[in-house]
Amino acid sequence: MSAEAHYTPYHPKWYRRRVSVWWWLQNRSYTTFVLRELTSVSVAFFAVLSLWQLRTLVQGPEAYAHFLARLRTPLFLVLNSMAFLFVLFHTVTWFNLAPKAIVVRLQGRRVPDWVVAGLNYLACVLLSGAVIWILRGR
Amino acid sequence: MPSTVTLAVTRYRPEQEAEPTLQTYEVPLRRDWVVLDALNYIKDRLDGSLSFRWSCRMGVCGSCGMMVNGSPKLTCAAFLSDHPPGPIRVEPLHYFPVIRDLVVDTTDFMQKLKKVKPWVIRKEEKPLEEGEYLQTPEQLDAYKQFSMCINCMLCYAACPIYGLEPSFIGPAAIALAQRYNLDSRDEAARERLAILSQDDGIWQCTFVGECTKVCPKHVDPAGAIQQYKLTAAAHWFKSLVLPWGTK
Repeated sequence: MSAEAHYTPYHPKWYRRRVSVWWWLQNRSYTTFVLRELTSVSVAFFAVLSLWQLRTLVQGPEAYAHFLARLRTPLFLVLNSMAFLFVLFHTVTWFNLAPKAIVVRLQGRRVPDWVVAGLNYLACVLLSGAVIWILRGR
Repeated sequence: MPSTVTLAVTRYRPEQEAEPTLQTYEVPLRRDWVVLDALNYIKDRLDGSLSFRWSCRMGVCGSCGMMVNGSPKLTCAAFLSDHPPGPIRVEPLHYFPVIRDLVVDTTDFMQKLKKVKPWVIRKEEKPLEEGEYLQTPEQLDAYKQFSMCINCMLCYAACPIYGLEPSFIGPAAIALAQRYNLDSRDEAARERLAILSQDDGIWQCTFVGECTKVCPKHVDPAGAIQQYKLTAAAHWFKSLVLPWGTK
């Protein structure tokens, strides 16, 4: 017990606790939230990579071959696999949250959450399938 | 089951100490006792100087919200036997200024609540002789979930955004704004949107989602805020495409 009381300018004697810098480690959902936000950097990384790819494509076959060779270096293999895992985490966490924001009512009843989330996953699978089909069709 | 359990309770006596301290009490561990019963036992038998708020003891009044083992809970609904083996940590709600022991200052929340105009607003009231404003069960269903809020502020204590940005209007106030926006009798959705689209409104929320998890009434404030964001974005887009249509 200390002798001196604590005073704040507006409410003398009221105690205000400062939020710790480590607040996001205090419970699992805070940590998941921060990871979900941070993994958006990987989404940006893939966007920049795609722009870079387009640029080399415009520059000609030699530049593009050079770009592909660079992608096969260990550094890019590691970087890309990590970024892919992060994007996967980002996607799954957001898809699971989608039903909270999208409330669909059919015949006066709310469409169940799993249907809304499921449609997101379905769209993802279909679009990815279409991309793979186009790539393999070449 | 052991016969007693230890409660580690936050004490803050501003006339004596500069910072809160923890004090432990040994209370009987009864199967039908909740944390609030234990606190009342302490107050009646062990230490009459302990301060805390409570009223209804049945999850309706929303007064007895505290942090139990680090999570915001209504202490009238938090059973001692659900927190074995103890000690059970009881602290005042996070992010609110502490007045004494487990009592926090709620002024900030009360002001924010008032700001979103949580009441039915009509452009023009119809004369009394025309009777009530009727509603179908479907119309009631559209907002009923958000009307279950008991203003217990657990969602604020769960929201790190509110802790980091105290100006954030917060989960319950936004959920209640949405409760009136979705009410077929209300005509002030545009007015509330203007208030909640400001810097300290819906866009401060980054969707941590913890407010929904701790809500004892299943109000789903996180859902309310995200749905509000969609409405606000759609409104903004409409005003961009049809500037004359959103007046």
